[in-house]
Amino acid sequence: MKSMSAIIFKDIVIEMRNKESITSMLMFGVLVLVVFQFAFETINVERGLLAPGTLWVAFSFAAILGLNRSLAMEIDNDCLQGLLLAPISRGELYLGKVASNFIFMMIAEVIVLPLFVVFNNLDFNLKFLEVAAIACLGTLGIASIGTILSTISANTRIKEVMLPVLQIPLTVPVIIASVEATREVLTGDTRGISSWLYVLAGFIIVYLTASYLVFEFAVEE
Amino acid sequence: MKLKVLAILTLVSMLTALYMIFLYAPREALQGDAMRIFYIHVPLAISGYVSAFLLFIGVIGFFRTGDLKWDRFGETAAALGVTFISAQLITGSLWSRPIWGPWWVWDARTTLQLVLDLIFIAYFMLRSYLPDPQKRAKLSAVFGLLGMIDVPINYLSIYLVRTQHPQAVVSPGGGGVSPEMGLTLTVSFTAVGLLYAYLFNRRLAIAKVEEEVDYLEQVVLAHE
Amino acid sequence: MALESEDIRKTFGYFTALGGVTLKVKRGEFLALFGRNGAGKTTFLKIAATLVKPTHGRLRIEGIDVREEPEEARRRIGFLSHNTYLYRDLTPIENLRFFGRLYDVQDLDERIHSLIDRVGLQRRASDPVRSFSRGLHQRLGLARVMLHDPSLILLDEPYTGLDANAVDTLNQMLDEAISAGKTIILTTHDLEQGLRAASRAIIIDRGKIVFTGDARDPATRDAYRQYIRVGVTP
Repeated sequence: MKSMSAIIFKDIVIEMRNKESITSMLMFGVLVLVVFQFAFETINVERGLLAPGTLWVAFSFAAILGLNRSLAMEIDNDCLQGLLLAPISRGELYLGKVASNFIFMMIAEVIVLPLFVVFNNLDFNLKFLEVAAIACLGTLGIASIGTILSTISANTRIKEVMLPVLQIPLTVPVIIASVEATREVLTGDTRGISSWLYVLAGFIIVYLTASYLVFEFAVEE
Repeated sequence: MKLKVLAILTLVSMLTALYMIFLYAPREALQGDAMRIFYIHVPLAISGYVSAFLLFIGVIGFFRTGDLKWDRFGETAAALGVTFISAQLITGSLWSRPIWGPWWVWDARTTLQLVLDLIFIAYFMLRSYLPDPQKRAKLSAVFGLLGMIDVPINYLSIYLVRTQHPQAVVSPGGGGVSPEMGLTLTVSFTAVGLLYAYLFNRRLAIAKVEEEVDYLEQVVLAHE
Repeated sequence: MALESEDIRKTFGYFTALGGVTLKVKRGEFLALFGRNGAGKTTFLKIAATLVKPTHGRLRIEGIDVREEPEEARRRIGFLSHNTYLYRDLTPIENLRFFGRLYDVQDLDERIHSLIDRVGLQRRASDPVRSFSRGLHQRLGLARVMLHDPSLILLDEPYTGLDANAVDTLNQMLDEAISAGKTIILTTHDLEQGLRAASRAIIIDRGKIVFTGDARDPATRDAYRQYIRVGVTP
């Protein structure tokens, strides 16, 4: 536990100093929302139907940026080796990185979400909080699998380019569930939402466990 | 010897299946001749899932023993998976176009198969950028594990979309399945199954030889 | 026994980096590891540091089997390599604080300040490491290694890129460590520095130990010169 919080704290201090991760995720998220605004301007469909998709496209690609940055920091000066030298288990190391990745993604999303509400002329009411809660779950899902996948892709020559190739097919359930759940909240028809939440929760539990167990294979030389 | 038997059986059953598909099975009332694709399409789809399961077995085998032969096993399963699923997606497209109109339908089954195809392709892309055999085996085993765990979760979520948003489902025509069709399908399944087994065996053998060639190359290079 | 390796082998694909290294290092020994580039010195050291898993063989650090209790073993090991494993955006104090927490070091702030003074980084203690020269990097790396008071200190070519001042500091710290009963294994290309304070010298060639002898024995120097001129000692 202590080592996990040490890792999170270290990542926060570094991020506060160079602000690379959150700003790039933020910019990217906003740009995606804006581009989709133009793309769908002429389509006469209820906003609640299209908007969740654009939100999650923004979130998932911004997440990839964030994961790549987080990994690049550990590759620089071989710092990851320094972490492997320490008397902490590989699983603990994994959980620490998941936590800090999750925190940075959430910070960026917390800023993108209100913009999303404004762009789509929605209301800042209970629905907004529900959408935010779904974002939490979806982001944790992305962080849990993205952290181990970025460690794998770091071993290839093309590093950061490999991550989306590996991540996008595997995060399909998270994206589908998050989009559908968000759509149900926004359109007000929430009859089926619990199954989506179960999918998200299941994904998180399964992948946190599996990655915790096999992380040493991904990270050791 | 066993291999020859398998090869002959495969050939015989494929020829039989082809005969039955084109000549024996009746012309379907609603869909006409295009429907015959169904006899190949369905076994191919099942082969995709079989490949996913076999890759999973290979991954577990590798984690338990560290022996590279399990890596070859998984890789062969993935190679056949990509081939058979891509063939299935193409035949599905060829089928849906004349019958229903669109080249592609985003229903649960096709989406699932497409994602599985993408996972297999990602698996190969990862492998192609990892030159060291040990590392390649280790990392593709990790990705393989994560990918194959995803298959049931994907299945669940994509089918949930379907039940909540009813869409056109690709399935055999509405006129009921006659006994001739049932028999043709069974023979076809057997033929594709045997073909799969034969290809799997050959591909695995090739993988082993490739590795030995690699080894010899390295030995020669090391001594220069 | 500070370190016990039994038939350690390591292959990378088809390349055999280590072909069976069996070595016993007693507590308090100062072992100098010589060998050409690619001989396997760094690989062995990384295996000893538990960064790399051997493809065969057992390794015990102070009686602890690294396969069974890797974390306990790591607590006792300090490893310094060419890369210093330091975060460039953090200051020396922040870096050391982070590692100190990972190793659960007691009286952390005191220890950090005394180490920073010891390695001569007082004036740069609050500057981000990004602005440091190689020599300063190495000094901080040394502080990181000593932070958790490891009983086994592993150094991979520590003299590379150090100015005379830094070399002195390093040698002083190593001498202090030996007096305090620590065990040191270092690899180097520099014969003089390697033999300066070492008690034993070992030459590794093509993944195997080809010579082992007393560091102060002139025969060792002869063996080294012969080795680098001819190839493998008889």
